[in-house]
Amino acid sequence: MPSVDIASPAVPRAMPRVSGLWVLLALLAIMALLPFVASPYVLLLMLPFMGYGIALLGFNLLFGTTGLLSFGHAMFLGIGAYTAAALTSKFGVKSFELLLLAAALGSGLVSIVTGLLCVRYTRIFFGMLTLAFGMLFHSFLFKFYAVTGGDQGMRVLRPLLLGMEWRGGKTAFLTGPFYYYSLVLFALLGLAMWRITQSPFGLHLKAIRENAGKAAYVGVQIFRMRLAAFVISAVYGGIGGTILAVTTGLADPELAYWTHSGNLVFMAVLGGSGTFAGPAIGALVFVLLQDFVMSLTQYWRFVMGGVLVLLVVFLPQGLSGAVSLLFNRRNGGR
Amino acid sequence: MQPNRAAAPNAEPLFETINVTKSYGPFTALRDISFAVSDGEFVSIVGPNGAGKTTLVNVVTGLLRPTVGEVRFLGQDIAGVGPVELARRGMSRAFQLVNIFPALTVRETLAVAVASRLRRIANPFRSLWRDSVLQADIERVAEVLGLRGKLDTVASTLSQGEKKLLDIASAFALNPTVILLDEPTSGVSTGDKHAIMEVLVTAAKAAGVRAIVQVEHDMDLVERYSHRIVALQGGAMLADMPPDAFFKDPAMIAAVVGTRPQSKKAH
Repeated sequence: MPSVDIASPAVPRAMPRVSGLWVLLALLAIMALLPFVASPYVLLLMLPFMGYGIALLGFNLLFGTTGLLSFGHAMFLGIGAYTAAALTSKFGVKSFELLLLAAALGSGLVSIVTGLLCVRYTRIFFGMLTLAFGMLFHSFLFKFYAVTGGDQGMRVLRPLLLGMEWRGGKTAFLTGPFYYYSLVLFALLGLAMWRITQSPFGLHLKAIRENAGKAAYVGVQIFRMRLAAFVISAVYGGIGGTILAVTTGLADPELAYWTHSGNLVFMAVLGGSGTFAGPAIGALVFVLLQDFVMSLTQYWRFVMGGVLVLLVVFLPQGLSGAVSLLFNRRNGGR
Repeated sequence: MQPNRAAAPNAEPLFETINVTKSYGPFTALRDISFAVSDGEFVSIVGPNGAGKTTLVNVVTGLLRPTVGEVRFLGQDIAGVGPVELARRGMSRAFQLVNIFPALTVRETLAVAVASRLRRIANPFRSLWRDSVLQADIERVAEVLGLRGKLDTVASTLSQGEKKLLDIASAFALNPTVILLDEPTSGVSTGDKHAIMEVLVTAAKAAGVRAIVQVEHDMDLVERYSHRIVALQGGAMLADMPPDAFFKDPAMIAAVVGTRPQSKKAH
């Protein structure tokens, strides 16, 4: 590849040797064992990872699979978070299942409306439109103080899991039942996303990414498929945002800010958008790296920016791309 | 000059253009084009650069709406229906330039078309790999186009000739009634050209394609494979005649190729 086009998803050049599903499930299996060995601090870090991981699975259906790079995806995380906040603290709805359902519906509906416009465009035009919608939503959250709490955000009360109320401290709740609940949810959504990417539906999305002009001539409904990918990715974003909001106990307008959308792009590029598990791994590394760098210096944004520069220059395929390159070299492959 | 029509088709034509004119402002790209394609025919559209061949293909494939006139396919007006609907109705198209899905394998490329035809898209959780009907169909298409051994090869790593075949194969995978080829052999070596045409014609028979329409520059190929030649010049119809009559007429050859094809004697 003579030039690096970071605005396009990294595409694997050969059939992956290890199925992305197994990589993700192995990661989740390790996480299932983590509460037995890790400190509560580490477990609390894993919760945002799960929130982002789910959001990134969806984000990458749009970016890695369909070839549409959104700069406003944080809006859907924000919708998930604010749905959870509004339902728990204003309407007294505590069932986490209902929160998830409402978040999925809310982000799904908003994505249909915004997607009808956005997916008519591709490349930078799509990116700019999604960015614009994200900023509109952020200013709505920021300015409509009476409804959204403005810069104070909205509290998210502890939900009931499977209809059960969990007593005890916040940390015990988050690192115990909520941790496992989120993990199971992550696994189920991961499996569902795997099925999507391995279906004729997913193949049509890839065909659009590869060559939309030709795809139309072999019967691919470009607009409808792009919209479907947009909506599915938004639903995943809404669910991820709900987990983030319960973890912090707060729906904050920063969740929907455009820099947060940028973080999602960063995670996808970091992990490698060309693979199934890459973006989720990117989310994990991002969360850990951010925590580590923040503990060292207050100039953590500077360091993260530097990491991104190095990444684009030296590892355009992301971490998973680098790993498979090493793996292939060791096996005498190309 | 009155176009010299080929033997009148006994059945209704598979598709026809009726007095098609396409203008862009003051510029007329196509002027009053009428021709019909019947069952079993192989029709070549020829003409010098700028004669309007590609515009005609774009009109016939429903990509462009004619300014005046009608395009009928299986008795229905298809003017401007768009590529997806056209594929659904049974007309498929391969392109002048190599047009592939670079990162997809041959199997996946064919699966895109087969999945559209078999309507496998509505359920996003349905497996692509455990669908034996779909996979069998992919293998059938790969077999007739000689790509069986390349099924798991990534398209971008195929040779130029194989890429062309793959493009044509994905048009075949739609089980079309009529297939439209815009210079199916452009950009490949002379040896490969004949090989591709042989595969194409055999595959069309095997796949039950009822007619082939191609735009072609190579007069050798036109002469060898066509049943009928539609010649365009300056957007107007110059001739619609069988190849033996066409190649006997020096005026025709001069108008279309510029000079007599010397290459024929050299071979």
